[in-house]
Amino acid sequence: MSDEASPHNQSASSEATHSAAGTASGGTLAVLPSATGQQPACADGPITAGSGIDYGLFLDCVHCGLCTSACPTYLETGNENDSPRGRIYLMRSVVDGRLDLTESVSRHLDLCLDCRSCETACPSGVQYGRLIEPFRVDMQRIKAAESGKKSSWFQRLVLYGLFPYPRRLKWALLPARLMQWTGIDRLARATGLTKLLPRQLQRMQHLLPQLRQPAAQLPEVLPAKGTRRARVALFTGCVADAMFSQTGAATARVLQANGCEVVVPRTQACCGAIHYHSGAGDPALALARQNLESLLSDDIDAIIVNVAGCGSMLKDYGHMARELAPDDTAQIEQLEQFAAKVRDISEFLSELGPVAPTGSLPLKATYHDACHLCHAQQIRSQPRELLGLIPDLELVPLAESEVCCGAAGSYNLMEPEMSDRLAARKLQHIVDTGAEAVIMGNAGCSLQIQAALRDGNHPIPVLHPVDLLDLSYRGLPLSTITGK
Amino acid sequence: MSGTASSVQSSVSPVPPSAAGRQLLAELREIVGEEGLLYNADELLVYECDGYVVEKKIPDVVVFPLNTDQVVQVVQACNRHNVPFVPRGAGTSLAGGCLPVGGGVMITLTRMKRILEVNLRDRYAVVEPGLVNVHLTQHLKGTGFHYAPDPSSQGACTIGGNVATNSGGPHTLKYGVTVNHVLGVEVVTAEGEVLELGGAVEDLPGYDLTGLFVGSEGTFGLCTKVIVRLTPDPEAYRTMLGVFETVADATRAISSIIGAGIIPAALELMDQGIVEAVEEAYHFGFPLDAGAVLLIEVDGLEVAVGEEARQIIELCEQEGAREVRRAETPAERQLLWKCRKQAFGAIGRLSPSYCTQDGVVPRTRLPEILEFIAESGSRHGIRIVNVFHAGDGNIHPILLFDERNPEQVQRVMRASDEILTKCIELGGSVTGEHGIGVEKLSFMSQLFTPDSIEVMTRVRQALNSGGLLSPGKMLPTAGACGMEHIERSHPGKQAAS
Ligand SMILES: Cc1cc2nc3c(=O)[nH]c(=O)nc-3n(C[C@H](O)[C@H](O)[C@H](O)COP(=O)(O)OP(=O)(O)OC[C@H]3O[C@@H](n4cnc5c(N)ncnc54)[C@H](O)[C@@H]3O)c2cc1C
Ligand code: SF4
Ligand code: SF4
Repeated sequence: MSDEASPHNQSASSEATHSAAGTASGGTLAVLPSATGQQPACADGPITAGSGIDYGLFLDCVHCGLCTSACPTYLETGNENDSPRGRIYLMRSVVDGRLDLTESVSRHLDLCLDCRSCETACPSGVQYGRLIEPFRVDMQRIKAAESGKKSSWFQRLVLYGLFPYPRRLKWALLPARLMQWTGIDRLARATGLTKLLPRQLQRMQHLLPQLRQPAAQLPEVLPAKGTRRARVALFTGCVADAMFSQTGAATARVLQANGCEVVVPRTQACCGAIHYHSGAGDPALALARQNLESLLSDDIDAIIVNVAGCGSMLKDYGHMARELAPDDTAQIEQLEQFAAKVRDISEFLSELGPVAPTGSLPLKATYHDACHLCHAQQIRSQPRELLGLIPDLELVPLAESEVCCGAAGSYNLMEPEMSDRLAARKLQHIVDTGAEAVIMGNAGCSLQIQAALRDGNHPIPVLHPVDLLDLSYRGLPLSTITGK
Repeated sequence: MSGTASSVQSSVSPVPPSAAGRQLLAELREIVGEEGLLYNADELLVYECDGYVVEKKIPDVVVFPLNTDQVVQVVQACNRHNVPFVPRGAGTSLAGGCLPVGGGVMITLTRMKRILEVNLRDRYAVVEPGLVNVHLTQHLKGTGFHYAPDPSSQGACTIGGNVATNSGGPHTLKYGVTVNHVLGVEVVTAEGEVLELGGAVEDLPGYDLTGLFVGSEGTFGLCTKVIVRLTPDPEAYRTMLGVFETVADATRAISSIIGAGIIPAALELMDQGIVEAVEEAYHFGFPLDAGAVLLIEVDGLEVAVGEEARQIIELCEQEGAREVRRAETPAERQLLWKCRKQAFGAIGRLSPSYCTQDGVVPRTRLPEILEFIAESGSRHGIRIVNVFHAGDGNIHPILLFDERNPEQVQRVMRASDEILTKCIELGGSVTGEHGIGVEKLSFMSQLFTPDSIEVMTRVRQALNSGGLLSPGKMLPTAGACGMEHIERSHPGKQAAS
C-alpha cells in the first residue's frame, strides 16, 4: 500500500533547481530550449515535461481548492485529477519527479479545456494558463519524439492547413453549402452516411451550422456615419470569416453607425491561436507579425475583434513575443503596442459610448459568456449592457452562463466525449430559460451550441450581440436573420 | 479511471499488493464500478492532502459513490476487511480533516450532489452532501430564500463538509453557524447502518442527535443527505466601511455597536497589512494609511436598517473613526464583500507563503489578543496581518513567511502556538470554524479537562467503536490501527476563511 510521502524537502530542493532554470535567460543556459520554443525536443535528448516553467508559478498555488467547482471538467467528473488544483498538482509532481508523465496523467491534463475559469476563481492570482500551455506543448513534443511523427494527419491537414486560411476554408465549405442547400446533409445525417468519415471529420461536419448566405467581401474602407468619432481596423478572423461573414458585415455596420471609420485590410491573417496553443510557435509568431503590419498604424484608434478566442490571442501577442523570442526587444515592443489597441467589439463600444439603437426587437433572449470573453478578457457586463439598449429585447439570466460549453477551440474535435457532456449541460440550461434566442460573442461557442440545439430539436437561433444591434440600428426585424 | 478516463491504462503502482487488498478492490469495483474507483498512484496523489498541506498521506483507494446504498456497501466492505476509511467533500479543510491517517479507503462524495427537494412553504431543502454550498444559493436565487451559512470557501466547499465541520462565515454573527440551519441528516454509521436524524419539522423530542452529528468532523458517520433550513432573504441591506486610525479604535467601535443592542449581519475587521493586499488585487479605494477598517453590514426591514446604519455611523464616529463610507449600489456592496472573502488569497500576492490561524476569544478581549499577536510577531520576527470575524471574536491572524527558509518556518510554528495558547488563556478556543482535524489535536488536552475528553471518547466509542472511520482525528486518543500522529514540522502554505 502507498507510502507516507514527505514532499517538503523534495519540493524545496526541486524548487531551487527549477527556478534557476526558469529564470536563466543569458549565459550558457540560454541555449536550452524554452518551454514553448520551436526547437525539436528530441535533438536535446529526453525532456521532462514542464521543466522550463518558472517554478514560482507553481508555488503561487496555495492548494486552497477554491477553484475546483469553477472547473467544467470537475463539475462533470467530481474527480480532483480533473480539477485545476489537481492538474497543478499533477504537473508539479511531474516536474518534481514524484510522478512520471503516465498516460493517465496525460489524460487528465488533455481533458483541460484551457477555459481559464480557474483563473477567475483563484484569489491567489495563479496563472494557470502559463502552466498548462507550456506543459502541454512539452507533452506533445514528447509524444512526437516517441512516435517519430510531429503531429497527426488531422492536425497537419485540417487544423493547420485549413482553419487558418479563410479562403481555403471557404472552398472547403463549398461542398457543405451545396449539401445543405440540396438537403443532402440532413439525409446523410439521418441515414448515418457521415459515419463513414473519419471520426474527427465527422464531428466537424456535425458542427457545421446552417450556413447563412456569405456576405459580400467588405470593402477596404468604410466611412463613418455622421461625425467621425474614431478610426478602427476590423479583424475578420478565419473560421469566423468563412462561417459567420454576415456577423463580420454587421460588426462593420454597427461600428459605422457609431461614428467609426472602419478599415478592413486584406493582408491580415489568422490570429495564430491554433498554432500557438498546439506548440507551433514559429508559425504563430509569423502570423502575429503579419497582422502587426496589416492592422496596426498610428492613425488607428483600435483594432476590433468580434470573436472572443481571436481577441484574447491578439491581446496576448506581447506575452507570446516575450516567451518565444525574448531577445527581440523591438518585436516585443511592437507586438505589445499592437496588443494594447485590441478591443472586443462590445468592450470598444461601451468605452466609446454607444449610440442608442432605436429599432424594436421584441424577443426574450439569454446570454452565454464565452470563456475567452469572461475569463480570458474579463468582459461580462459590456455585451449585456449593449443588448439592454435594444428596445423590447428582454435578457433573461442563464444558469452557469460562465461554464464552458465544451467548444474550446479544437477540443470539440479532440475530446469528443467531455465536449458532448458539456454541450448537453449548456443545452439544458438554455432550454430551461425559455429564451427564444441565445446570444454569445464567440464563433467556436456558436458552432458548438448550434449543433447541440439542432441535435436536441430546439429551433432556437444562436446570435452574436452585433447581429441584434445591427438589426436594431437598421430598424429590421429578427426574421431578416432567421428567415422566420 | 474515473469519468471519461475509463479506458486508460495507467502504468505506475500496481494495485494494492496484498491478496486481501486485491479482494477489497474487487468488492469495491462491484459496488461503484470501474468508473467510481481510483487506485493507481498517479491518480491517488492529489488526494494526499486537502487545504492543509503540512501533513500528507496517500489513500490506498478513492471511491466515488453515487448514492446512499453504495456508501453503505463501501462502508460494509471496509469493515469486513478491517480497513480504515475517511469521508471527503471538496477538500477545502484547513485542518487536515481529510487526511487518510493509516491509509485505507477515501470515500469522496462529490458525485452525490443533487438537490432532492426544495420546499419553500415549509422553508427547507433536502440535498445530497456533495452539493457545493454556493450551488444551493444559486439554485434558490429569485425564490426569496437562501441558505444562510456562507463560509468564505462557499464557492467550493460542500454542504456535507459544512455539516461535518459546523462551518461558520461572515454572517454567522446574526444567523448562527451550520448547526442552526440543519434540520436533519441521513447518516451512514461506521458499521454501515443508515440513520435518519432530525427531520423537516422543528423541535423533535428525544436527544438532539442532529446537533451531535453536526461538527463531528466525519468521526460519527458519513452524512449522505441533509435537510437544511431556508432563510427568507432580507428586505434591505446597508453595508458600510468604517476607517479607523488604530486597531484599538476599531475594536472599541465593535463593542459599542454590539453594546447598543444592534446585531449586525456581519462585522469584519481588516488591518493595514491585509488592506494593502486587497487593494492591490481589487482596487476598491481603501485608504492605505488607516490602521484598520471595519466592514459592517446590517440587514432586515427597510425601515429598520436605515436607522441602524445611522446609529452605527454615529457610534463609529464617537470612537474616533476617520470616516464611514457606505456602499451605494449593489455592485459596490458586492465588491466590498469580494474584497473581504478573497482577502486570504490576495495575501498570496504579498508573501510566498502564509499560514492562517483560527482562534476565538471573547469579544471584549479582542484588543488584548491583537496586541499579543503584534508583540509575538515582532518577537519572532514574523510579519502578521489580520482579517477576521470581529463580531464573534473569531480571529484569523495570517503569518507571512517563506517556506524555503526552514528556520523562519520554525519561528512561524512557535508564534502560532503561542497565539493559540493565549486564546485559551483569555477564555477562548483554538478554532472558530476550521475544526480540529489533525492540525490541532495537540491542543485538545489544553482545551478540555481529562474528564471531558473521556466523555467525548465514550460518545465516539458508542458511534464508531471499531475506530475504522476517520481514525486519528478530533480526539488525541482516537488513533486506530496503531497510527501515531505524524510529527508537525512545517506550517506549509495555506489559505483560510
Ligand atoms: C480559503 C478558505 C476559506 C475558508 N473559510 C471558511 C469559513 O469562512 N468558515 C468555515 O467554517 N470554514 C472555512 N474554511 C474551511 C473549510 O472550507 C470548511 O471547513 C468546509 O466546511 C469544508 O468543506 P469541504 O466540502 O471542503 O470538506 P472537506 O475538506 O472535504 O472535509 C472536511 C471534513 O469533513 C469531513 N466530511 C466531508 N464530507 C463529509 C460527509 N459527507 N460526511 C461526514 N464527514 C464529511 C471530512 O472527513 C473532513 O473531516 C475555509 C477554507 C478555505 C480553503
Ligand atoms: S489555483 Fe488558486 S484557487 Fe486553485 S487551489 Fe491553487 S491557489 Fe487555490
Ligand atoms: S482551464 Fe478550465 S478546464 Fe482547465 S483546469 Fe482551469 S477551469 Fe478546469
